[in-house]
Amino acid sequence: MSVVAMTVNGKPASADIEPRTLLVQFIREQLGLTGTHVGCDTSQCGACVVHVDGRAVKSCTMLAAQAEGAEVLTIEGLAANGDLHPVQKAFREHHGLQCGFCTPGMIMTAVDLIRRKPELDEETVREELEGNICRCTGYHNIVKAILAASQEMR
Amino acid sequence: MYQFNYERPKTLADAEALLGKADDPKILAGGQTLIPTLKQRLAMPSDVIDIGGIKELDFIRAEGDAVMIGAATRHATVATSPDVRKHNPALADLAGWIGDPAVRHMGTLGGSIANNDPAADYPAACLGLDAKIHTTKRLIEADEFFTGMFETALQDGEIIKEVTFPHPEKAAYMKFRNPASRYAMVGVFVSKGPWGVRVAVTGAGQNGVFRVAEMEEALAKSWSPDAVANIKVPAKGINSDLHGSAEYRAHLVTVMAKRAVAAAS
Repeated sequence: MSVVAMTVNGKPASADIEPRTLLVQFIREQLGLTGTHVGCDTSQCGACVVHVDGRAVKSCTMLAAQAEGAEVLTIEGLAANGDLHPVQKAFREHHGLQCGFCTPGMIMTAVDLIRRKPELDEETVREELEGNICRCTGYHNIVKAILAASQEMR
Repeated sequence: MYQFNYERPKTLADAEALLGKADDPKILAGGQTLIPTLKQRLAMPSDVIDIGGIKELDFIRAEGDAVMIGAATRHATVATSPDVRKHNPALADLAGWIGDPAVRHMGTLGGSIANNDPAADYPAACLGLDAKIHTTKRLIEADEFFTGMFETALQDGEIIKEVTFPHPEKAAYMKFRNPASRYAMVGVFVSKGPWGVRVAVTGAGQNGVFRVAEMEEALAKSWSPDAVANIKVPAKGINSDLHGSAEYRAHLVTVMAKRAVAAAS
């Protein structure tokens, strides 16, 4: 066991954990932040995407210890002062979800995508969603929502 | 995952010392292959030495006629580096086609080539560009580095520091992706430079990345897609699985080589 400390959604977070603890386990089980989901647990589906030092990563494929000292942002930290993030708003507006299980990862991926590529077209969005799977196959509205959010955020 | 000791050294010297002390250590770079492997209990290292926090391994430097890339440099950094894009766009493209955006934010050059997955992309760039692999012990030519499926010339305790990619005159990488995993079913890297012509194939060979001498000779005489159009790679020794037979992949080698030459013309 060893103590791992990082900042999660702007607040200090630390716990005494086994080195083999995954970042997603740390977030869900130690911090009780269950908005980050585990879908496939094999780095395919992207339901577990969070940001570490501003970059989207799969938290099921990273040890918590690798995030020592890092700034972690999860879906719970996206809304500011009670206002939904523009990407969250766009997902609601365009019904970018069906069952909603993949939604946290989709939104975290979309926020990272818009940061990296403010000018988006449909083809780019679809290509960039390679690492996120919606098993309801609700991609059409997810793509619409991301395009609308990127317009809104320009 | 089985239990292990975890260390996150800040310097290369500390990493070497920790490797020397451990019983059965494994180096963790970005972890995009190692962590899934550990999760499946396919490996049981005594110690995981995380080199992801060693700043001296994370750099891109263009100097003279080559780009030097630190072993712990992430794929996303290589894909978007102005230096790599300017001097070696084929290499930037290749890095940008690995896995998905989240994987590219974690995965590293050194991790990819040390693992030498037979369907990984970077081995094709190293072999296709006559790259030099600098380790804590020596310099290894790409031709000597990749020794078989998941096998390299690296010895115990040896850490990759950086890879030198000389600027090509012409180069391109074309990859036929597995639509689910985005690993290469077949990927072909072609280049022309001071080293002559190189054609390196990943995804196809049972022993990992390989060169196609016949295509290299034909392209040296005439750099055109037609020069390789009729050169067939024998299906013997080519991977065969549920995604494609050996014959299918062998055929893809010629198709991807043609496309790569066309893209690099």
